[in-house]
Amino acid sequence: MTAPVLSVRNLQVEFATRRGLLRAIDGVSFDIAKGEVLGVVGESGAGKSVTGLAVIGLIDPPGRISGGEIHISGLRIDNLPPEEMRKVRGKRIGMIFQDPLTSLNPLYRVGDQIIETIRTHTNLTEQQARKRAIDLLAEVGISAPEKRIDGYPHEFSGGMRQRVVIALALCAEPELIIADEPTTALDVSVQAQIISLIKRLGRDHGTAVMLVTHDMGVIAETCDRVAVMYAGRVAEIGPVQEVIKNPLHPYAKGLMGAIPTLAGEEKRLVQIPGSMPRLSAIPQGCSFNPRCSVAFDRCRIDRPEPLRQGTQAVACHLYDHATETAA
Amino acid sequence: MLAFTLRRAIQAIGVMIAVGIISFAMFRFAGDPVNQLVAIDASAAERASIRQSLGLDDPFIVQFGRYLFDAAQFKFGVSYQFRQPVSDLLKERMPATLELAICATILSLFFGILMGVFSALRRDSVMAKLFQMVSLIGISLPTFLIGILLIYLFSVTLGWLPSFGRGDTVRLGWWTSGLFTVSGWKALIMPSITLGLFQMTLIMRLVRAEMLEVLRTDYIRFARARGLTTRAIHFGHALRNTLIPVITVVGLQFGSVIAFSIITEQVFQWPGMGLLFVQAVQNVDIPIMAAYLIMVSLIFVTINLVVDILYTVVDPRLRATISRAA
Repeated sequence: MTAPVLSVRNLQVEFATRRGLLRAIDGVSFDIAKGEVLGVVGESGAGKSVTGLAVIGLIDPPGRISGGEIHISGLRIDNLPPEEMRKVRGKRIGMIFQDPLTSLNPLYRVGDQIIETIRTHTNLTEQQARKRAIDLLAEVGISAPEKRIDGYPHEFSGGMRQRVVIALALCAEPELIIADEPTTALDVSVQAQIISLIKRLGRDHGTAVMLVTHDMGVIAETCDRVAVMYAGRVAEIGPVQEVIKNPLHPYAKGLMGAIPTLAGEEKRLVQIPGSMPRLSAIPQGCSFNPRCSVAFDRCRIDRPEPLRQGTQAVACHLYDHATETAA
Repeated sequence: MLAFTLRRAIQAIGVMIAVGIISFAMFRFAGDPVNQLVAIDASAAERASIRQSLGLDDPFIVQFGRYLFDAAQFKFGVSYQFRQPVSDLLKERMPATLELAICATILSLFFGILMGVFSALRRDSVMAKLFQMVSLIGISLPTFLIGILLIYLFSVTLGWLPSFGRGDTVRLGWWTSGLFTVSGWKALIMPSITLGLFQMTLIMRLVRAEMLEVLRTDYIRFARARGLTTRAIHFGHALRNTLIPVITVVGLQFGSVIAFSIITEQVFQWPGMGLLFVQAVQNVDIPIMAAYLIMVSLIFVTINLVVDILYTVVDPRLRATISRAA
């Protein structure tokens, strides 16, 4: 097996605040292979977006990456000097943000923004870059791109703007695309189009995709693997079908139980009692233990590390054989 | 776009007519001008003949009509104190004021934007904090005090710059310019700084605040995620978005620069319209005061028109709104 496109090892992100150091990401590890789509789910504040921003190197002070390693196709990028990291952004990692209405600079033509990005990362001339920009717009499904390229962002609808944003992320044929809630701000009918577009582009170009979302429907449709995050840690990671059908971590079980289905019989959705702890008050041991219905003594003392369980990996003492034998 | 410009121009004419009414009203309510013109012991017949020669006997509406008609051709009557046509006096004085105002504005724009951008990008540096302090001084110190301090330092103590006047001027048609002689430039420095300092600090604070705002926006974050150079992000993407409010303020302030120049001109005895106006007020020289009012309003209105048009050049969204509305 070749080296994964993205490899994150034991990543830690800290924010220095007035009330002390807050650890937003604590020991997150995962890989994404070429052409693979990894979904990252979790509640608001679980650290999904921060993980994405850390990978592309856009954590702003007072936040910083305080530990761990990030490799892209073997190159370590978490400790690159700013100017080197800038060259990685856009060139090797593309990013798509949540709100397409505010992602584009309102004062510049769409084409100029694409051409600017292409020319930053390649040696193409203005004409060549323009031609490539038109091709890109056509590829993301914008009709009459040779005309639309001279339009301003406000002349595009939300869905069309998100297509432009995707074209911008694809400018330099990156190896990895990080999509941070790419459909949250869009109409439901447009969401499906954008998701299938991201999926198709990932497949056609062999691009690895890290899809951050809290929409399990999107995950089920799009992803090959999924990582469930809770309070800055990965609770469970594995193939999407396995995790949805057979979640192991009590939190993942709760999360899957909370998905409404149209076909299913009428029963109440399962709720997870309580809410995620604040970063300043992460409980000792497993951070989920106060809300967990099956927690036992060890959960309140020891922090569980991810354990391999078949194709999945889960951070829960229930699956630790040492616990089983001891119990 | 043309319809928009035209509509704005018509509005501007409306404003000018209103100003005309006010300035005409000054003649009627600020005492009898004949008293200013004649000797105290003049006979009633003498007064009557002057009254008639000035057309002060005609009905109100005729006088007003004549006044507007003349004013539209920049004929503002004869100054009571100088016994010269006011338009000649203004023509003589206006270049001085405009050169001073434009120079002060360019100065304040250049340094204001520079310092504003710098203190937004290097927010925590010592220089940025120094700029903030200087701007506080610039905003709180009155203009005349700054002028007097400058004169004390550079004219009296160091003797580098002249303390009053325009220096040598060059005549270009009816326009006299101090921009072509060394002494003219030297004389321009201190009045420009005095007049421009307030605008500069205003622009600096505005640019800083706007820039910080813009740097937090999603499209700047996205521009960074695309790996654009810091230079392109700061000066291409952020600065242009910052400039929209700056255009408004600078435009509106240019009018006040001309209005404020009364004080600066007084301090430096700068032979401009402001100095003329102050003398006119002291001597109740109504034709000059009325003409000054009209000229300053005309400049204000013109600048507003230009600013409105400039907006559409900078911001494509406005262009779309305007063409849809038209």
